[in-house]
Amino acid sequence: MKQGLLAALFIARKDLRTEFRTKEALNASVSFALVVLMLFSFAFDLGREEFYDISGGLLWLVYVFAGALIVNRSFIREVPNDCLDVLIASPMPPWALFLGKTIASFVLLLIVELISLPVYGLFNNLQWVHAFWPLFGVMTLATWGITITGVAFSAVTVNVRLRELMLPVLHYPLLIPLLVGAMQVSTALIKGEASDIMQELRIVIAFDLIFTSLALYLIEFILVG
Amino acid sequence: MSAIAADRVWKYFGDYPALRGATLEVPAGACVALLGRNGAGKTTLLRILANLSKPSKGEVTVFGESARDEKIRARIGYLGHGIGVYDDLSAFENLILFGQLMNVPDTKAAANAALERVGLTRVRDGFAREFSRGMRQRLAVARAFLHNPEILLLDEPFTSLDDRAIAVLHELLRDALAKGATIVMSTHQIREAMELATQVALLERGKIVHTGPRTPEMLADPGWLYRMYEEKPQ
Repeated sequence: MKQGLLAALFIARKDLRTEFRTKEALNASVSFALVVLMLFSFAFDLGREEFYDISGGLLWLVYVFAGALIVNRSFIREVPNDCLDVLIASPMPPWALFLGKTIASFVLLLIVELISLPVYGLFNNLQWVHAFWPLFGVMTLATWGITITGVAFSAVTVNVRLRELMLPVLHYPLLIPLLVGAMQVSTALIKGEASDIMQELRIVIAFDLIFTSLALYLIEFILVG
Repeated sequence: MSAIAADRVWKYFGDYPALRGATLEVPAGACVALLGRNGAGKTTLLRILANLSKPSKGEVTVFGESARDEKIRARIGYLGHGIGVYDDLSAFENLILFGQLMNVPDTKAAANAALERVGLTRVRDGFAREFSRGMRQRLAVARAFLHNPEILLLDEPFTSLDDRAIAVLHELLRDALAKGATIVMSTHQIREAMELATQVALLERGKIVHTGPRTPEMLADPGWLYRMYEEKPQ
């Protein structure tokens, strides 16, 4: 177990190191998030109150699309030079490989979110600073759910020819309960009406627990068969 | 006890059987040249031995244990068609990573020693993507030998190697054999393989049709085994 967790950290560090060097996924994801969030400020002619009502929804739509650009790269990174074969042939358990890749994608997506949140507030005249820490908590929980399922589908589609198309088709329908929960909690937090968010928060936490266990259990079948 | 035993292994890709009951026993310390024409099933068999693929039927054991066992995988070195190193990491970083994953005790010392053995010390901190093809192949060889594996599974190891890399690989394989390692290599470069092989296995349409010691005739005439098999009444 300890050896597996250590291996997961080695994989996460390797993925983050290569990503920070090339910035392939990070640049694409940050640019996408910023452009779309900026476009929202032009696209909707809403009153301040009405915009607050949909603020969480818009935010998570952008995060989930930006996340696709990151999780998509997760296993594709291993395709050149057949590196995935070497990792599977190593004594590292498959769940450690998967966990390492999920941690790396999680950190990258969280960075994208933390960069784009102030920009979103700025362009749409949205006050979010008062709720930063609770919002950060929701972002952490929902981002874990997005990445753990996204990286699992990235492993499923790594050898599929139309993987860029397949991944969102498989991934997004599964995310509906998580996104609904995260959107409602985020909206409530931004509006300063966070008194009744426990129900939605429970959905997000349950999603994370169920899909983390399921993905860690199934990953060996996905990678080796 | 055999180092590797594949017992009536079948592998289907859809309806197509790439392996049809292949049976192979490799004694510890042997060097087996796995020969066969394109599509015979050499890569499929090696991938199953390396736990990269699961047999549809049959069983594979390594030192009497399942090839899926993590402790067993730590004793295997695999060199496949791809070089298995990261272009955006330096040669040293690549070896450190794989050393850590292979549970090598002193990864830095092992990585430095491996780079020296393959003649890449000078470019230790250079990115793999900046290397020539031959240098990349030597880095791949260093990676496969890094943890001093007891079993080496090599898929076409001599393909597209330059003369220097072939010499390096020969030397490493001889050293490994002298230390008692077991080697299975699939190859079309029969001459290079025969120089090292102690045993030969011929795979034909998914079946092992010949296994036996490498004879002087095979060394003198690398095509001898193919001709013998083709001339045999089927």
